Amino acid sequence: MENTQKTIPVNKVNKNSRLTKGDVIFEIVNCIFLGIISAIILYPLIYVISASISDPMSVTSGKMILWPVDLTLDNYLEVFKNDNIMRGYRNSLIIMFGGTSLNIVMTVLAAFPMTRKDLWGRNVIMKLMTFCMFFGGGLIPTYLMVGKTLGLMNNWLALILPGAISVYNMIIMRTFFMTSIPYELHEAADIDGCSPFMTLIKIILPLSGPILAVMALYYGVGHWNSYFSALLYINKEPLQPLQLYLRKVLTANNTQSLMEMGADEVARAAMRAETIKYSVIVVSSIPMLIIYPFVQKFFVKGVMIGAVKG
Amino acid sequence: MSAATPAVTRKRKTLKEFIISKRIHRNWQLYLMLIPVVAFFAIFCYGPMYGITLAFKDYKVLKGIMNSPWCDPWFKYFQQFFESPYFSRVLGNTVYLSLLSLVLGFPMPILLALSLNEVKSIKYKKFVQNVTYAPHFLSILVLVGIIKSFTNSDYGIVNLIIKRMGGEPYNWMQKASLFRGLYVGSGIWQNVGWDSIIYIAALAGIDPALHEAAMIDGANRVQRVWHINIPGIMPTMVILLILNSGHIMNVGFEKVFLMQNDLNLSVSDVISTYSYRIGLESAQYSLSTAISLFNSLVNCFLLVIVNTISRKVSETSLW
Repeated sequence: MENTQKTIPVNKVNKNSRLTKGDVIFEIVNCIFLGIISAIILYPLIYVISASISDPMSVTSGKMILWPVDLTLDNYLEVFKNDNIMRGYRNSLIIMFGGTSLNIVMTVLAAFPMTRKDLWGRNVIMKLMTFCMFFGGGLIPTYLMVGKTLGLMNNWLALILPGAISVYNMIIMRTFFMTSIPYELHEAADIDGCSPFMTLIKIILPLSGPILAVMALYYGVGHWNSYFSALLYINKEPLQPLQLYLRKVLTANNTQSLMEMGADEVARAAMRAETIKYSVIVVSSIPMLIIYPFVQKFFVKGVMIGAVKG
Repeated sequence: MSAATPAVTRKRKTLKEFIISKRIHRNWQLYLMLIPVVAFFAIFCYGPMYGITLAFKDYKVLKGIMNSPWCDPWFKYFQQFFESPYFSRVLGNTVYLSLLSLVLGFPMPILLALSLNEVKSIKYKKFVQNVTYAPHFLSILVLVGIIKSFTNSDYGIVNLIIKRMGGEPYNWMQKASLFRGLYVGSGIWQNVGWDSIIYIAALAGIDPALHEAAMIDGANRVQRVWHINIPGIMPTMVILLILNSGHIMNVGFEKVFLMQNDLNLSVSDVISTYSYRIGLESAQYSLSTAISLFNSLVNCFLLVIVNTISRKVSETSLW
């Protein structure tokens, strides 16, 4: 990462000069402060994972505080046996891949022309797009447009079309095109008789791997985690994405849907249901858990490109 | 380009000349690319903006937005909202909740970034960064699910610990007095690391020569943070503060909506959830649109005000 490289010279200077007592104390206090913050953030995450692989009795009685007690995979088996979850999973994956592909194509189509200096009307279009970042129609007009005028109720298009371009991401991508790719390349291609479309395909996109990855991940995480548009537009159960089912299980204050797969006795079933929730949380976050370590660096880069623009 | 060609006769340009002078014919592919983009913005941004006229109309489902009659005093629905007994409650809750999030949540990422910047061990720094970014990737549903499970009165870990220490367990989500704390606290927990990235980037951009000079002058670590790092990230802080204040009236609707229940409604009912209830649960489209319009206008107004103040005071502004 850029920041670590840039701080190295400062560290070198520190090593050359002698550390004062105050500096040492500062260093220690600082590290302890960060340690406490990390612990506070880490604890709930570890607890959720531990609870998901522990015996329901141990979890609900408070025997399990941090690390797993009486390891078992039963909770997960219950989750995987549940058809609703598996169906939601499949729906969410399809929506995520379809939606993200559309997002990428549309964002490139919006960002690329905005980098061409000789495009007549560029500034007007840019202003019209930016305006949408600060002002919008609001809930009801959008709902009427998508649900009634376009008739997209119970159609996955209602989940991916209205957010096809995020203006903020478009600006990040445009900034990347403009700052990382010299404009002379556009001009050289132009002189050699390359059309704008071919310039995009042959020159710009091959140089934009990192930003395309960042965008795919921003959009992908957004699709995976979103629930509200599905709540508005998708009311047929077989079409609902995973998050909507999670809403029923995790937050709707009823464990009815979980009881069906719980044990026979009611009290035990309630305890089981409580613990299965933790497994549901883990299972539903798996795609994010898998990609997170690989892409964390990319994400950071995206934020930084955005920061350049301010 | 058109200025370069000397105008011999000052007649109006024909369409063909206009197209050639603006290179429109050479860039036709770019315009082709923009067609779906323009269509998107027309349908999903400016279309709904036209729908805002609903706020001034008596909406009839059969007639549609266009043909519904204008309402008698044009401000009928605004008046209805302002005079409603819920007005002061939702307005107060909205402002209180976002100011609380801003006041408590804004300084935390800055503190974390400043602190991370001072760590010498790169491994430790990476570890803390990885840990603090992680919650950002959880969905709001999962976050609220975790809060609910943790504070469950019978089996939640928080209450199990309270019970063990001899206290009385209770369901935190059903206490109105705890709603704001849980909302703001979980928000900080989820986003403190992520929000700090932008400051870390800003800190990396500070000229190391400043630190060297300060050290030669005998400045200690705390002094250097105070006199170099903090002024160095000040422009970033101001920009983000402006952007955030443009969202004062937009409390995180999706999260409030999920955390809301009948028992904490007195503090958790905000403008956006109220507008959702009015609009989609009781189908009063015009009133709901008027409420959201009021909300958006106040937001824009705040953004302009804060931006103007900031331009005067700190010479940093969005436009």
